Amino acid sequence: MAEPVYRKIIAARVRSQMSYRASFAVECLSQVIAQAFELVVILVLFTRINALGGFGVDEVVLMFAIAAIAFGFADLVAGQLDDLPTFIRSGTFDAVLLRPLGTLPQMMSTDIRLRRVGRVFAGVVTLAYALTHVNIDWTPWKVLLVVVAPLAGGVILGSVWVVACSVCFWLIESRELANSVTYGSGAFTSYPITVFSKGLRYLMAYVVPGAFVAYYPSLALLGRSDPLGAPGWIGWISPLVALVAAAFAGAFWRFAVRHYRGTGS
Amino acid sequence: MIEVRQLRREFRVASKKGRFRREYKTVVAVDDVSFDVAAGEAVGYVGPNGAGKSTTIKMLTGILVPTGGTVRVNGVDPARQRKELARRIGVVFGQRSQLWWDLPLRDSFALLRSIYRVNSSDHGKRLEECVDLLELAPFLDTPVRQLSLGQRMRGEVTAALLHAPELLVLDEPTIGLDLESKERLREFLAGLNRRGTTLLLTTHDLDDIERLCPRLMVIDHGTVLADGPLAELRAEVTPERVLVIDLREPLNLPPLPGVTEVRSEAGGLRHHLTFRRAETTAAALITEVVRHVEVHDLAVVEPEIDDVVRRLYARTSAATDSTPDVVDL
Amino acid sequence: MRVHADLIIAGFRRYSTYRQAMLAGMTTNVVFGLLRAAVLTAAVRTASGTIAAYDIAATYTYVWLGQGLLGFVLLWGDTTLATRVRTGDVVVDLYRPWNLQTAMLAEDVGRAGYAVVTRLVPPIAFGALLFPFRWPEHPLTWPLFVVSALLALVTCYGVRFLINLATFWLLDNRGLVSFWNVTSGLLCGMVVPVAFYPGWAQVALWATPFPALLQAPINVFLERDYFSLAHQAFWAVALLVAGHLVLRRAVRKVVVQGG
Repeated sequence: MAEPVYRKIIAARVRSQMSYRASFAVECLSQVIAQAFELVVILVLFTRINALGGFGVDEVVLMFAIAAIAFGFADLVAGQLDDLPTFIRSGTFDAVLLRPLGTLPQMMSTDIRLRRVGRVFAGVVTLAYALTHVNIDWTPWKVLLVVVAPLAGGVILGSVWVVACSVCFWLIESRELANSVTYGSGAFTSYPITVFSKGLRYLMAYVVPGAFVAYYPSLALLGRSDPLGAPGWIGWISPLVALVAAAFAGAFWRFAVRHYRGTGS
Repeated sequence: MIEVRQLRREFRVASKKGRFRREYKTVVAVDDVSFDVAAGEAVGYVGPNGAGKSTTIKMLTGILVPTGGTVRVNGVDPARQRKELARRIGVVFGQRSQLWWDLPLRDSFALLRSIYRVNSSDHGKRLEECVDLLELAPFLDTPVRQLSLGQRMRGEVTAALLHAPELLVLDEPTIGLDLESKERLREFLAGLNRRGTTLLLTTHDLDDIERLCPRLMVIDHGTVLADGPLAELRAEVTPERVLVIDLREPLNLPPLPGVTEVRSEAGGLRHHLTFRRAETTAAALITEVVRHVEVHDLAVVEPEIDDVVRRLYARTSAATDSTPDVVDL
Repeated sequence: MRVHADLIIAGFRRYSTYRQAMLAGMTTNVVFGLLRAAVLTAAVRTASGTIAAYDIAATYTYVWLGQGLLGFVLLWGDTTLATRVRTGDVVVDLYRPWNLQTAMLAEDVGRAGYAVVTRLVPPIAFGALLFPFRWPEHPLTWPLFVVSALLALVTCYGVRFLINLATFWLLDNRGLVSFWNVTSGLLCGMVVPVAFYPGWAQVALWATPFPALLQAPINVFLERDYFSLAHQAFWAVALLVAGHLVLRRAVRKVVVQGG
């Protein structure tokens, strides 16, 4: 998004969304509430238990907060891909192809979901709370990790979004299927992966690299070893995983668009 | 400007066989289409729904990749150099908007300026020209979703022209417009063409062709049926013309050479004489008529363009009884 | 009554045409069921096997019943009336010789009938086959569950009807809808059983109609209590009456404003 043209597109979108001030405020607020209510679930459970998947309440809240920010970012930039079936059906995607810009950056910038800022905001507040309640031996690297991990997680979840929605180029009615992967990843990454059964973990933590969004970085921050036996350095490589995921998602998108234009099949 | 050789496009279409089984078959939307469009021409591309018009347009503009054959537009291969081509041509789809529906036209235009990297003095000049000719000023600050269809189309055309394309492709630009908006748009496009912009337009409204396009291409079932100047196609397809004469007093006409049919109305005051171009000319016939009766007024009627196109379709569907499956995307 | 029977059939037919979307919906439903069940059962396990009388089998049963009922009562995504109000088409509905509220309820019953096959049974069957499951012990529980599910449907319809009617005053009820979408899961006891909450929160929730939509039929199925049925019956009637009164005001508003 280095090109000024995308900055301008986004600025224009932001301006137009802000023009419905009341509805924007309400939707922003409901994002905050959604996030808060998901937190309530964790808190309710912890009125009955002391640990979930081997982690205490503040540790789980830490993972939840990082996942929340990551999901908010992903939704912010990639969430509008949910509307891809509408774009394809109405022919609007053809108009996207008629402009001298890449199709994916255009899709991401043309209807940016600014209200998702509410979710990011709620996540940041929760993260601040969690960080003051868990024991972390702070080092400069860990400070960097706290900042980078949610961003890298956002890139990972955004990549998941791109791949899941690309499937619409083949199966136009697959929106709900895509949602189960995107929103499902959002839900999955909010909890320690130790609570999930093997099959689910294999799919959502490693095939879809959900474990790198919040779980492994949180372990590194906490200085805890993985009950499932992953090496200690794994919490530091989420930016690398994010790069790989983004590269894969980009390639997959190009492949999907090629199919749409008629050379991919 | 446009060079198309043996262009072909197939689609795989799934059809349901039973509850879960599906069968795929290949249908040909565009089959062996070749044509050239020179710089400065205005070409009308017509055909019934599903004839392959839109598919051709989509291949010319880089949206779809051809299954076979070659396309060059402005010296560029649309399929491979989509972005390169996008900077050089303008495209208007009558039924799908390229504007941002919740932005005012002015903001959409400003965004397009950065997307197409037009410098601001060129942009300003061209925008001013369009605003002037298309009378956009009253609604420049209205969000697109609040515009009437006619206003929106004028906005769409402006949007497609701001980067000074040498070729403007229009897919059904007048569809759904009221008569006045249609006329205004046609006038603008005619002027644009006079000033050197090449036009290629598909339409269902043959008045668009009559007003704008000296050259007509007719496509059906994926193949080009006819391509040439409108006047020539008319002569070729409809060998008959009609002479209408009004008399001073009701009279019956004597048999006239070359006339195949006489229809009289208004109690014998008006006669429609159908004659074959090959056997007589309008001038000869008129001379013959005035020798017999006193003529108050007369007119030579060319067959309607609809009629020309209809006959072209009929000619092929009679020739090819087994019609191939054609889809229009 | 005849017209209502026809409407039920039409509602059933209309929804039976979207087969592909239905399969996608089923998959999504199961995925989320798996995720929710994993978290809840992990919690129950750490609490040495039961929380608030939910053991592992009851917890799985709770999750899969919830996933099924969700689509049966149509907790989210009913915007037909709101859209018709916004576009003004509602005038046509109001001038038809029917009672709009009961007519729409009839249509909704038809939709729900189809949802029994596509939304209610599949996740429950999936859960019952692959996970520990707690079937009712008492045979009488089955008919009571059917009654409770129907009451949940009527109550949910009542809530949706009111949310949709709000469009008459708000012009755009989408903000309200997004509030409902994010809060209903927790309020209805869909994400966490109401019994897991602290005592004061349980009292507060049961004072609202929301547990009637999902938690109540689950309670009946799990043979936890039958108070739920009375709670549901009360709120089903109360919401229908409220809907009737609000609709009357809405009609008056339309008549006064001339559409």
